[in-house]
Amino acid sequence: MENKTYTAADFKSDQEVRWCPGCGDYAVLNSIQKAMGELGVPPHMTAVISGIGCSSRLPYYVNSYGMHTIHGRAAAIATGVKVANPALMVWQVTGDGDCLAIGGNHFIHAVRRNVDINIVLINNEIYGLTKGQYSPTSRMGFISKTSPFGTVEEPFRPAQLTLGARGDFFARTLDVDLKTSQEVMLAAARHQGCSVVEALTNCVIFNDGTHKALSDKEFRADRTIVLRHGQPMIFGKNQDKGLIIDGFDLKAVVIGENGITENDILVHDAHCEDRTLHFKLGNMTGIDLPKAMGVIRDVEGSVYDQAVAQQVTDAQAKTPNRKLKDFLKTLETWEIK
Amino acid sequence: MSDTAKMTSLEKVVIRFSGDSGDGMQLTGSLFSNLSAIYGNEISTFPDYPAEIRAPQGTTSGVSGYQVHVGSTRIYTPGDLADVLIAMNPAALKVNKRNIKPSAIVIVDEDAFDKAGMNKAHFKTENPFLELGMTGIQLISAPISTMVKASLSESEMDNKSILRSKNMFALGLLCWLFNIPVDTAMHLLENKFKKKPAILSANLKVLVDGYNFGHNTHASVSTYHVDATDMPKGTYTDVKGNQATAYGLIAASEKSGLPLFLGSYPITPATEILQELAARKDMGVKTVQAEDEIAGVCTAIGASFTGSLAATSTSGPGLALKSEAIGLAVMAELPLVVVDVQRGGPSTGLPTKTEQSDLLQALYGRNGESPCVVIAASTPSNCFDYAFMASKLAVEHMTPVILLTDGFLANGSSAWRLPDLDNYPPIVPPFVHADMQETWKPYFRNPENGSRYWAIPGMEGFEHRVGGLEKDHCTSAISTDAKNHQRMTDLRQAKIDRIADVIPQLEVQGDPDAELLLVGWGGTFGHLYSAMEELNAEGYKVALAHFNYISPLPKNTEEVLKRFPKVVVCELNMGQFAGYLRTKISGIAPLQFNKVEGQPFMVEEIKEHVKSIINA
Repeated sequence: MENKTYTAADFKSDQEVRWCPGCGDYAVLNSIQKAMGELGVPPHMTAVISGIGCSSRLPYYVNSYGMHTIHGRAAAIATGVKVANPALMVWQVTGDGDCLAIGGNHFIHAVRRNVDINIVLINNEIYGLTKGQYSPTSRMGFISKTSPFGTVEEPFRPAQLTLGARGDFFARTLDVDLKTSQEVMLAAARHQGCSVVEALTNCVIFNDGTHKALSDKEFRADRTIVLRHGQPMIFGKNQDKGLIIDGFDLKAVVIGENGITENDILVHDAHCEDRTLHFKLGNMTGIDLPKAMGVIRDVEGSVYDQAVAQQVTDAQAKTPNRKLKDFLKTLETWEIK
Repeated sequence: MSDTAKMTSLEKVVIRFSGDSGDGMQLTGSLFSNLSAIYGNEISTFPDYPAEIRAPQGTTSGVSGYQVHVGSTRIYTPGDLADVLIAMNPAALKVNKRNIKPSAIVIVDEDAFDKAGMNKAHFKTENPFLELGMTGIQLISAPISTMVKASLSESEMDNKSILRSKNMFALGLLCWLFNIPVDTAMHLLENKFKKKPAILSANLKVLVDGYNFGHNTHASVSTYHVDATDMPKGTYTDVKGNQATAYGLIAASEKSGLPLFLGSYPITPATEILQELAARKDMGVKTVQAEDEIAGVCTAIGASFTGSLAATSTSGPGLALKSEAIGLAVMAELPLVVVDVQRGGPSTGLPTKTEQSDLLQALYGRNGESPCVVIAASTPSNCFDYAFMASKLAVEHMTPVILLTDGFLANGSSAWRLPDLDNYPPIVPPFVHADMQETWKPYFRNPENGSRYWAIPGMEGFEHRVGGLEKDHCTSAISTDAKNHQRMTDLRQAKIDRIADVIPQLEVQGDPDAELLLVGWGGTFGHLYSAMEELNAEGYKVALAHFNYISPLPKNTEEVLKRFPKVVVCELNMGQFAGYLRTKISGIAPLQFNKVEGQPFMVEEIKEHVKSIINA
């Protein structure tokens, strides 16, 4: 099977996709299927697990093994799938409500344990399936059906949460940027351990334009930066802006102004163990500093499902072919004759 | 042995070990029960410990107990009231007043009965025995602490460590009292403390000193002897319900060829199941200690989807948290074993005490029409058999199965003959096979039992999606069609109902012409059976029908319940099973005997209740 090549088409199911026309989830689905095609893992070795919400309908549209589970629990179910059979390529598709509200606990623990699953967090900053309530990523003051006077709570930042939970892979992409989306999906799948991809998507019905300030062609190049390992952190329509360290902070500069040359610009190191700079990059909002897209952190560490399997292998090597009856004889026993 | 000592033969004896929760009474009790079992006696044990790990020393809230029932005939319970009490301090004496017979032998560490000890237990006078009205007891008072200190004065241990050996002195004293050769006890300790030579030598010395103390100073006291039982030949071990449950799951894994997966979260009194299985990687068992109860069951569902024999273990509060996920397994028709070791409720309730009050939660505690199988173990050792059966039913019928045990079974122990797996039925997972590929859909069913077929990741050509949304009965696409939902609801219910075809019929034990039928389920079996036997011996016409299979009920349930003039359903709740029987079988009006004290039944109270009905 390793010799066979696949394309995105091999991962399209016979189900009609039923998101609203213009929904950002279509683009995410496409980029996931393209990445799947490129990975070379066959559909029958692929599992897609989701929770509840618009985004969680995604497994129905992928030709693979899939489970559309219950609200918030996809990370736990995906953990069970991967630990039980580490040979599978396991994707978890979730939304900002599913992952960060009701499923927040499972999310941070899947990240902390470093289970080798690819978590695609589709973030449209709204509850769509229940028709327009604010979510844990909605901005302070956001007006919705359940916050008619504006929210009075700070949102989560998925990058902070992932890195705070000791995550070793975090990437971000925009629904409209197919190239980066596909790139980060592939990187996430190839990363050994838990990978989190935050896909910023648009909800045309209940939160239209929420990422407009970043995604509009007009500003995208100046308000976002696509990070690539080993490449200088340069952005802007004219590729003339860059990031430097200024004291303890990041600072955006223009190359050629104030004596700044390309050599002064930071080079992205996604593999750096220390997460301090990744934290700062993940925190850039697109206002003073460009919002970071691409793979922000990609560091290898001990992988939970592999470690569990290794313990089993080691234990079995010590007592090969051990059956229950052999084990029971090791207990304190006595004979009745 | 002293030639002058009198020795009395006993058929059964109940011994209660009691002290501070740090006194090592659980260990002493289990060592004594092992000794008796090795000698060939029947044993049944039950620990009764506080929820606090170390409550303030010497107080009544910190008293920890361990009861052992030893017999030369079949024994079904750890016994009602104790014949012998070992009380390591005044608080232990006070707490156990209600747990012993008026004429019991009471062994105390008199050093602990000083002013401070008496004050901590809130005694008001100087004579605790008179104050408690224990006038009929036979007291063996020994300065245990003083003697242990003297015994180990040469050792290099500090005072605190020395006093930790007090329990071994008590064990030695009991060996003398029950004519158990001290060599046997020494041998047991040598095995137990193999890796801790310093502790071993201290314990051995104190054990022998305790034995000699009894022998030398109480040579004229009557000692006891319990004859060996006529047990079936074989290799035996002393097994607790939680251990047996874990082993039963392993046996089912071996028999089915499916790898075993347990997703669980620590909770009293179920935690030992997770602990046992976490240690069994040598048999390929994978365990995940999840972040919460929900993740425990969800990881198991994930593993089940992948083709493992998947289980989760918990107690009542955890079962409540798992209910939505169990509903997912009902809907997706995936095998799942849920072990609920029941404890006192509601809410956090009485974590270390036993109860049968989760029955209705197991049967009905989910949203929607959500039928699943519910079965119950009835002795510590048959937790093995029912864990095995729970797995078999789950896998072969593609359904969640809830196995109910309880704190009494989980922590209680009995002698268990090591099983021969050849005597257990096969477990055949209903995997799809290659020739189905063309026509197969996820909800195609085996016409024999209504179960769907199982396709797992890795099987090429069987890629499919399942989930919590209602699906078309044929294509398995999402469906909100009205008729389809009714049809799927019926199919899910019928699948469970048809399991009645493969489970054993309900047995009636005791007097076939009984005028009164005792009905029980789960962990109360030993007490009900003992009561029934003793009542029969006293001439009362009583029988017992004890349920292990609850949903579905055995097919002959109605016939059995209508065969006897009077039916009394006895359970450790307010009447949940009695109510369930009334809804399932029309035209019956069983009487009830209920108790919700966090404690097992007493054989005596069941007998009295039965007599009051028959004699009325």
